[in-house]
Parts: sequence; structure tokens; C-alpha cells
Amino acid sequence: MGVRRTSGQVPAPAPDEASREAARGFAAAAAWEGTGAAEGLLWGRCEGPEEGGGGGAYRTVVDPAGPAHACTCGTVPSLCVHALGLLLLRAADPAAVPDAAGPPAWAVRARAALPAARPAAARTGPADPAAARRRAERRAARITAGAEELERRLADLVRGGLAAAGHPGSGPWEETAARMVDAQAPGLAARVRELGALPGSGPDWPARLLEECALTHLLDRAWLAVDRLPAPLATTVRTRVGLPSPPGGTVLRDRWQVLARYDTGDARLTTRRTWLFGTGLGRTALVLSFGAAGRAPALALPVGAVVEGDLTPHEGSGRLRADPGEELRPAGVPAAPPPGGTVGAALDAYGRALRDDPWLDAWPVTLARVVPARAAYGWQLADADGREALPLTGADRSRPGLWRLLALSGGAPVTVFGELGHRGLTPLAAWSPEEPAETVPLL
Amino acid sequence: MTTADPRSTRPSTTPFTSSPAAADPGWEELTAAALLGTDRRPVAGGRGERAAGALLDAAARHALRRRAGLRPGPAAAPPPPAPADPRPPLPPAARRRLDRLLAGRAAPAPAGGRRGTAPDLAELLPQWLALAGERGYRAPPAALPALLDAARARTDLRPGALALAGPRGRWLAGFNPDWRFALRGGAAGLPDPGDAAAVRELWEEGLFAERVALLAAVRKRDAAAGRALLAGTWAGERAEDRLMFLDSLRAGLSPADEAFLEAALADRSRNVRATAAELLSALPGSALAARMAGRAVTCVGPDRTAAVPTVVVEAPHECDAAMERDGVVAVPPPGRGERSWWLGQLVEAAPLSCWPPRFGGRTPEEIVALPVADDWRPELHAAWCRAAVRQRDPAWSRALLGAPAVPPATGPGTSSLAERAQLLSTLGPLERAHWVAASVAAHGLSEAFQLLGVCPVPWAEPLGEAVIDALDTARDAGGYPWSFSGVMGLAERCLSPAAADRLAALAATVPDAEDAPPGAGAYWAEAFQRLTATLRLRAEMRAELDGAVPA
Repeated sequence: MGVRRTSGQVPAPAPDEASREAARGFAAAAAWEGTGAAEGLLWGRCEGPEEGGGGGAYRTVVDPAGPAHACTCGTVPSLCVHALGLLLLRAADPAAVPDAAGPPAWAVRARAALPAARPAAARTGPADPAAARRRAERRAARITAGAEELERRLADLVRGGLAAAGHPGSGPWEETAARMVDAQAPGLAARVRELGALPGSGPDWPARLLEECALTHLLDRAWLAVDRLPAPLATTVRTRVGLPSPPGGTVLRDRWQVLARYDTGDARLTTRRTWLFGTGLGRTALVLSFGAAGRAPALALPVGAVVEGDLTPHEGSGRLRADPGEELRPAGVPAAPPPGGTVGAALDAYGRALRDDPWLDAWPVTLARVVPARAAYGWQLADADGREALPLTGADRSRPGLWRLLALSGGAPVTVFGELGHRGLTPLAAWSPEEPAETVPLL
Repeated sequence: MTTADPRSTRPSTTPFTSSPAAADPGWEELTAAALLGTDRRPVAGGRGERAAGALLDAAARHALRRRAGLRPGPAAAPPPPAPADPRPPLPPAARRRLDRLLAGRAAPAPAGGRRGTAPDLAELLPQWLALAGERGYRAPPAALPALLDAARARTDLRPGALALAGPRGRWLAGFNPDWRFALRGGAAGLPDPGDAAAVRELWEEGLFAERVALLAAVRKRDAAAGRALLAGTWAGERAEDRLMFLDSLRAGLSPADEAFLEAALADRSRNVRATAAELLSALPGSALAARMAGRAVTCVGPDRTAAVPTVVVEAPHECDAAMERDGVVAVPPPGRGERSWWLGQLVEAAPLSCWPPRFGGRTPEEIVALPVADDWRPELHAAWCRAAVRQRDPAWSRALLGAPAVPPATGPGTSSLAERAQLLSTLGPLERAHWVAASVAAHGLSEAFQLLGVCPVPWAEPLGEAVIDALDTARDAGGYPWSFSGVMGLAERCLSPAAADRLAALAATVPDAEDAPPGAGAYWAEAFQRLTATLRLRAEMRAELDGAVPA
């Protein structure tokens, strides 16, 4: 996958969201020392793995214009996580990578090795397939080492007892997560961080921690045997570990109804999730876009509109994710909400999706003719016939959304789109029978 | 919310039920072993690292089986359906405007506190709500939460917001304790004031707030029925409740209420007595008013010995039991003399109609113009002002206000702005606008704020014209606009949108006068631009609500 460039002051530096995720750990001032910027270069030293050479530190030099880099971690020529982190850090906080009179001697020496020093044709020419394979093998080997280490960590935890992990925010989890970042396995790193948040997080936490540990263990095991897995599952495992999921397969041309859009992330990286429904194909797609350093992601499809154009689906993880191939053109407003089913049918769909991707957090579902109601445990969505219901989650994140849903319903059936996981449904959009063309966002 | 528990199948409290295939007795065993640690509590499958791996393998199978086997839980009783709202929906453009106004309310003020040239949306929301209310629209359901939040934060928005929110808004408010205010007072849950049995039941068993709202509603529909309702339980009410209920009679007050009020003059509570006396004195034909007139005319009258006609005042020497029974407060506040305090109360409560006969058939203007002996003038005129406001007497108000062009300090009546504003409120809307316009033209804006506040919106001409002229004059005189921020804020809400074009011209021509403070011109331009933008926005809002703006 090539490096994209934008015309901004700092190029959109990360080639894929997995690398961005990994780079986030290095986009903090605390991760660096000896940083500086001069003569079109950024440089700095960051913490490397203990067993690595170079006295435990990597030395990184980046030319943002290329972008090109040299780093003692050895990753060439695609940007390594350290170089990406340094670019993100400079963009977010220029004072953390201050302007200097000139680069230090080691950076000057490193600059000589920058690919930017080569003729431009060499950079834009076709990549060397053999080199690309060697790079992929090196990364796979790192991830394997990381997965093995995580397995040992999980085994130690289970042997010593979850009760010993009973205090929240314990240091070892953070440390393990950092090791997974070093192993270039951001998917594993994110899972480990979530594990660290579970101990002591309310009633029944040991059971929840055990479930998540077991699924992480399952992912480790799947990665260590990924060569022997059937191809679709192998792709899912690679994506879950944190390798970029390859776009592929038939291009989907359709009129796409924009169902919902929301941003997550922190000051360094914003991830925007946009849910689309293809009115002709009857298929739901997820478009991800990213904004670095507090900038809003570029893609802002209006919720409630219909756009027309091509999407290229990614392999793996239920093939939900898709990239817009070209400019998506506005094509009016929808006549009706997407077709939906009962709460039972929605749970069936989630269960089926788990067969293809056991690590799935949530599956997009549309519920038709459901009523929000208050149960003993909290709010739920019940079928209009009043027999079966699903719990609503995300209420703590979007209380206003719950009230909007209730106001729209007025106790009568509505159509609701949301993400369904094992804790319940997070509602994202709703439609009333009176105004079926109007999408009411719930976030 | 608690996490789904795969083993429990208790109805109505479980988010999910589990399919039989996923019911899983081994899970408890696994959790217990994991909690204690496999080194201490081995499971089948070996020791050490292998035992841990086996446990995690088993737990992964269990977790996936549980998740894939989740079945819907039992549905709780659905909420009662929201009552129907037959009012028409907002036109689409007005609907988008409402969303923006409500979102603007939540947006933080711009940094530094400088207002810039953008209209202040929070200040336009009350007006928008009033316009939408006049046109009888219902709120879009999805906007109800934001509308209720806005009303929660600002009590001045509540009547308009709750009216727009209508029955579905009240239905929704029942689910969120933050919106309890929507269920209090108002017409929420009140029976039809004509339904005697329901009214009687709520009046006898309702909460205090419900009873106050009920009394107000019944009184509004049928003043006599309201009084009868109150009289039925009067003796058994607590003193502080009696005070609040008595206050409800202020609406629709008429001579028919006199007997009830007269009886209340003997109430055990002093506050109740005082309120009853105040209400009676607002009825110029009442027996109390006649008694007060008798007392007042013995204290104030013409001096027949003076060369020029003059008012002489002989303040009361005592406050007797009869005066106290009629609501005169015997003990003055600190710093005031007893006799002038008593005099003020007598004159305030006496019907103004008693004075022309006392002064030889003179008109109110002539009486107010008479000199007053011994420095009693401020005390006497202030009491007449209070009487004119209490008795809603425009002739006396006009006399006490004097001509608008006369400087307040030298005019008749009162120089207090608050009292002048109250006197103005007894005049008709158009007369008010004319009087304030003439006052602004003569004296500028520095003391106009309170007077402008009682003029009906939008300001009728020539008032709008006069305010714009005065702002222009203030700019030329070298002031800064923030010295007039109160008037500016009022003008944004009250000027007729038709004034926008003239203001735009003022905003465009900014002669930075030679003696003007540095930079004032730019601030004035900004202030005029904001005023213009706000007026145009108000015109647009109105057009949207009239459906005159395409969707």
C-alpha cells in the first residue's frame, strides 16, 4: 500500500489505520528526547525495546516533504511507527519538536541515507516485490514474538489468579500494551489496554475479564497458526492483530443512504465512522476516515442524505469496511429507512457474524417496529408485539440520544439503526412512521 | 447496567435470555478457577502453563457460545403512548432554525467576551418561541429533549418552550427527573376547569403547587368560581398557603371579591391582612377605599390661607387599630419617620378619585402642579405614583409623568426611573411608545433602558426611529458602544426588522470623529452590524414560521 500525500503543511503521514494506531504511542512528547527541526528535517530519540540494540533507543530522522525517514529500528522504506509518531507530534505540538539551528551530527549522517536523496523516479517507481515480502516477513516475525509474549502474560495471570489483578489501571497492562506497539501489533495493543480497564470495573468483572482474556488468547493462538487457517479467517485474524486490511473484491456501485456518523479518538488522532446502506444492494458498509492532530477528518457525508458512487470493500471481519473509490455524489434524500427486522433477527445476525469473526465488537443492525421501554435493568428496545426485547447500551455516552429516541417514538413503534454487541444495542439513528424520510441522529 | 448473566433466566430483570444450547454449567467452575489461579486450583488438562492454556481455551469456547447464543430478553411493559398533538408541524425552514437556535444556546460564548457581529442566538430563542406559539405549531419530537434542556436552564423560556413542547413534551418529561419542572404548574395534568367534580377532588387532595395552578386556571375561566373554591376551604388552610391563594385573586379582581377580602382583613396572619388590604385598595369603590379616602383627605388638602394655591400636609399622629386592620403597617422600616410612613400608606391606598373634589375640582395635572408646603412634595408624589400604578389610572399616570421633554428632575411627580416605568405601563401601548420616543429624543439613551423595557415589541414608530437617532448621536458624540450595551441588547430584540436597512447604512459609514476616542468607530460599526444582522435574522425567522421560505 503506497504512501498518500496531502497538500497540508504536514502530510497525512500514516499509510493505514493500523500503523496510525501504533504510531499514536510515539506521538507523545514523553516518548522522545533530543527532538528538533531544521533544514526540512525532524529528528529525535525514542525508547526502543530493551532487547534491541542501540542502547535501548531508536534514532529517527524524518523529511516531512517526502515523506521519507531513516530510523535505527530498521524499517525501510515505508514510514516506521517512530517516524509517523514524530510527524504527528510535530503537527500536534510544534514546541515538542522545536526549531533548532541545525541537525546534530548523527542526523546529518542519517540524512545521507534518506530515500529523498535518491532520484525521484526511484521513489515513485514500482516497489521491489522481494523487498516488500522481506518487510512483511520481518513484521510478521515481530508480531509473532509479541503474540508469544502476550500468551505468557495471560498464562501468568490465569495461573496466579484474576483476583490478584483486582486493582484497576495496574501498570503491567500498560507495559504490555507498549510492548505490543513495539511488536507492531496495534490490534493486540488495543485489546491489552481494554483488559487493563476491566479489573474492579463494577459487578461481575472477573467473568468479563476472563471472557476478554480468553478471546485475546484465541487471537494469539489464531495468529500463531494463521498459515493453516482458511483464507477468509486468516485475513480476519491479520486485521484483528493490527495488519492493514486489504481492499479487494468487487467494486460496489450503488446509491448509499448515510445512516450515521460519529468520531472517536483523542487529541492526536480522530477516527470517523460513517455507516452507509446501499439501497440497491441492500448492504451495509462502514467507511473509516482519519484526522491527525485535532483536525477533523476530511470526509463528512451528511447524515440523512443519499450519495451515489463506488465503494471498494475490504477483506476480513465480515467485509463491512469499504473505501470510497471516487467522489461520492449527492443523490437526494431517502424515501424510507433501511429495511429492518425483529430484535430476535438482529441477534441472529450478530451470532452469524461471530462465526466469521469471533472478535467482533458489534454488528450493524436495523430494527423495524420497535418501542423504547424502561426495564428493571435500564432501557430496552422491544418488538411492537411486546414479547421480546434487547437492552440499549451507550446510554452513558449519549444520554441525549436516548431521550431523542424516546421523544421520536412517543411510545409508538419506530425504526432504529445501531451497533449490536453482546452487551446490547447502541442506537445510532431512528425513523418515525410519520416522517420516514427523515433520519434522526442519536449521537 | 449489569452485564448479561448467561445462567439467569429470571424474567423482566434480565437483558438477555440464553438459548438452551448456550446454558453452561461449566462457566462458573472456570471463573472460580481463573479467579483463584490454576496454580492453586488446577483444572483438568495439566499443570502450569498448560493448565492456564487449557482454561483459556475452554473459556474462549464458552464466551463465544454465550455470545452467539444470546436470545432476546423479555419485554418490559411499554410506556403509555404519548397523547396526540393535533397542532400542525413547523415548516421545514423554521424547524432547521429551531435546531440551530437550540444548538447555539449550548455553544459557549466566544472567547474574550467580545460579541462580534454575529447575532446572539440565545437572546432570539424567546422571541422565536413566542412567534411559533402565536402560530400554533407543535414542536418536532426529535427537538423535544433540547427544548426541555433549554427550558430547564432558563426559567424565562419555560412558558414558551413548554407550550411548544405540548402534550408529548410533558409525556417525555415524566421519564427524566431533570425535567420535573415541566410537570409542575402550568396546565400539566390539571382537570378541565369546568369539570366541577374533578376540580373539587384535586383542590381537596392535590399538592400545594397543583392547587395554586388549579386555582389560577379556575379563576381565569370564571372569577366567581375561583373565589368560591377558595372560600370553601379558606379557614382550614395554613397561613403561608392562604397568602399564596389570596394572591391568585389579583387576576380578575372585581367588586364581587370585596366581601371575601373584607373578611380576610380579620385574618390571623399579618401578611394575609396586608395583601387583602392591598387588593381592596385597588378597588376604588370598596368600603376600605372609602375609609382610606376619609383618612387621606384629612391629612392632605389645599391651604386656604396661602397667597398662591398650595397643598398642605398634616401627617397622621398615630396609627390606630382601625388603620392597622385596614392594612397600614404601624412600624416603619429603619431610617424612616413614623408619620411620613403612615401618610404614604394612607395616600397610596386611597382612591385617586377623592382628590379632585378635595382640590376644588382641579384636574390631576393641576393638582400635581400645585406647590406643596414644608417639603412634603417627594413623599406625597411618590404615594400618588404608587396609587396610580395600583389603581391602573392612566389620567393620574400621565399627570405624574409630565411632559416627556421636561427633564425628570424638574418635572412633576417622580424622578425615579423605576416608578416612571411603572406609570408608563398603565398607559396604552401606542401612548407609551410616543412618550418614550419623545423622552429619548430629548434626553438621549442614558436613562432610557427601564423605560424602553415596558414598551411593547416590536417598537412602534416613532420609538424605533428615536432610538436609532439617539444611537447615531451617541456615536457622533464620541461614546463607546458598550456604554449603551443594555439599550443595544434591547434594540436587537425589540426594534422592528424594518429598521435593518437604515442601520445597515449607519454601519457602513463610520466617520471616526476627530474628537472620538481611538478605535470607537470600528466598535460602533461592529455593534451596528450585529444589530442589523439580528434584525434581518428576526425578519427571516418570522418568514420561515409563516412558511414563506422554501424548504
